[in-house]
Amino acid sequence: MNRVILIKYGELTTKKGNRNFFINTLYQMILKKLKNYDVKISKDISRMYIEFNDNEIDSILDRINHIFGIHTYQVAVKIDSNEDVINQAVIDYVYDKSFKTFKIEVKRSDKTFPISSMDYAKKLGGIVLKNKDNIKVDVHNPEMLLKVEILDRYTYIYSDTFYGLGGYPVGTQPKAMLMLSGGIDSPVAGYLTMKRGVKLDAVYFEAIPHTSIEARNKVIDLTRKLSVYTDKINLHIVNFTQIQEAIYKNCNGDYTITIMRRMMYRIMERLAKRYKGLVIANGESIGQVASQTLTSMSVINEVTNMPVIRPVACLDKLEIIDIAKKIDTYDISILPFEDCCTVFVPKHPVINPCLNECLFNEEKFDYNKMIDDVLKNIETIVIKEDDNEFSNFL
Amino acid sequence: MIYLDYSATTPVNEGVLDTFVKVSREYIGNANSLHKLGVSSKRLMDSSVKQVADLLKVKTNEVIFTSSSSEANNMAIIGTVLKYKDRGKHIITTELEHSSVLESCNYLKTLGYEVDYVKLDSNGLVDLADLKKLLRKDTVLVTISQVNSEVGICQDINSIKRCVKSNYQTILHVDGTQAVGKVKIDLEGIDLFTFSAHKIYGLKGVACLIKREKILMEPLIHGGKSQTIHRSGTPALALYVSCSKALRICLEDYDKNLKKVAKIHDLLISGLEKLPVIINSNSHSVMHIVNISVLNIKPETLLHELEKDNIYISTKTACSTTESASLSVFAIYKDIERASHTIRISLSHLTTEEEIKIFLEKLNQAIEKLDFTKKN
Repeated sequence: MNRVILIKYGELTTKKGNRNFFINTLYQMILKKLKNYDVKISKDISRMYIEFNDNEIDSILDRINHIFGIHTYQVAVKIDSNEDVINQAVIDYVYDKSFKTFKIEVKRSDKTFPISSMDYAKKLGGIVLKNKDNIKVDVHNPEMLLKVEILDRYTYIYSDTFYGLGGYPVGTQPKAMLMLSGGIDSPVAGYLTMKRGVKLDAVYFEAIPHTSIEARNKVIDLTRKLSVYTDKINLHIVNFTQIQEAIYKNCNGDYTITIMRRMMYRIMERLAKRYKGLVIANGESIGQVASQTLTSMSVINEVTNMPVIRPVACLDKLEIIDIAKKIDTYDISILPFEDCCTVFVPKHPVINPCLNECLFNEEKFDYNKMIDDVLKNIETIVIKEDDNEFSNFL
Repeated sequence: MIYLDYSATTPVNEGVLDTFVKVSREYIGNANSLHKLGVSSKRLMDSSVKQVADLLKVKTNEVIFTSSSSEANNMAIIGTVLKYKDRGKHIITTELEHSSVLESCNYLKTLGYEVDYVKLDSNGLVDLADLKKLLRKDTVLVTISQVNSEVGICQDINSIKRCVKSNYQTILHVDGTQAVGKVKIDLEGIDLFTFSAHKIYGLKGVACLIKREKILMEPLIHGGKSQTIHRSGTPALALYVSCSKALRICLEDYDKNLKKVAKIHDLLISGLEKLPVIINSNSHSVMHIVNISVLNIKPETLLHELEKDNIYISTKTACSTTESASLSVFAIYKDIERASHTIRISLSHLTTEEEIKIFLEKLNQAIEKLDFTKKN
């Protein structure tokens, strides 16, 4: 008896003309995520079918649960569309399930099947009652709803429907450049961006020796957690030390964070152009810190015309934390290593910065040349879920 | 050489040894140092811990590396009962345990703890009714090995689990040293679990205690946080990584290896049935361990006779310290003659049919030569 995972697409179905593109993108993603498994994947206009090896089912479902664009799925028994075979399969199916009330629904897309759906459902109900003790039919509120779908060649039997992540398959949109610090918010922002089908490159600003190698490792680990939702993420590491030091040497103390963020945005725009990103994404949340007031955002955003996506802008910290826990980044994010935004924090960062003051301060050093230098030395690491830098030891 | 003492220890897997050598050479930093060398050692350590956790389906903070199963057993038993001394002073175990469990219990007796030994049925399985009877409100810990090291009896851990869990806050420790790689392991509902690398083709000097997050434990080796806060000492990185690898290989090859051992086991048993020996292992024993009694011949004499032909077996277990009879065999069969004449033959997927044939032949010759009662 074969089992198969049936995947329903969800929001994809609303995209009339682009439907095939969306389905193919999802198909490619599932192929990539399951490439190390013993599976056979096929698709049609309404569903995808994954035949698998029983030993690997837990691990495969775990992968399925991390792929955007899947609305619901079932683990079904796949059998030939033959009445005797179906009858026996239903008996086998309910054998080790525990329930007190049940209902059977039959759907025939193969209208040549000799019995009507309603009649066959009744008949199967009778068979189940005969083969299992202490159960009864409840058509309104059954504990187990057993569905029997009869297609041309094959019939699928299943009872539980599970929800997938929803969203759009990653790759149905072009690329965003995510500003990834080691904090709680930016990984969540990356996750939410990908949820809408957007491809992601991550950018980390590093200021060694003020920040440690552990801080970098933390960002690598966070990127790896995010890569669970896509095939790979390029992590670009920007050596920000020289610029950061220049800011602290030359600029008004209260404005250092504002100016630092402006520098980061400038670099982000250049990187986006280089790596074909169309937008910048980050974890800014309105009012959370001095540089995230609306005044700060507008003054900082002034350096670029590129759209900036801020998925967590309107979420409370606790809501962000909930998502961080769900995507398993929280425990990494709270590790206590300093990042660029936490070293050199002024005592009283400006909450309502003024653009002219920023321009005045920035004239004090040749940041354009520094940015050019920085862009010459970008280190890029390609991060995939399955990569383990220590795999040859373990 | 015909090595038939795999339950005492196994030869190290080449890949595992390779890992040990490479890590020792390349990762010189102390995993607790702040600099780059320390950080990369720490990352490797974390990966090895994560692999163990994933393989056993537990959390990373539940994996504690130790130097041996004996240490892990001591830590699990003494560390927890001391921590929970307010819950009571009663411990339950069996007479089939390894000496590191029995002696830990004996030590606790000197501190005023009361230890009960649960009855065994005629097959050597824990008598669940008796276990239920022995469990009290003040029972802090039940410690039972999944697979006995001498006779290979595999306990029904699931039933024991249910029984123990129904009793207040009693903690369940399972010594899985002889179980990993020989039977399926499911740590669901087990509070503390021990296994060792050198029984699964890893290196001697490293083992592991799995301790559930919610269970508290006094450390035996004080000195602050190392790999965990539960055991101090500079992390033995290369040993940890090699242990993690040994576990991975062992679990990955489980089905394949078991099939091989089953074949060898059947060949051995059918051969032994033709010889004047009593087979102490039964249908509840793992196939890797075959315990027999050869009455009329001192086990040590038989061991040394076979050693002449480069055949290596064991009397009782390598770890039994007392000179007297096999506690395990006596606990099951209550026959002192049988218990004083035990020989353990332990098998591996590395064992060949040819080796078993030679062994059976040499054993037969040795018995004929040494059993002087027959000649009269």
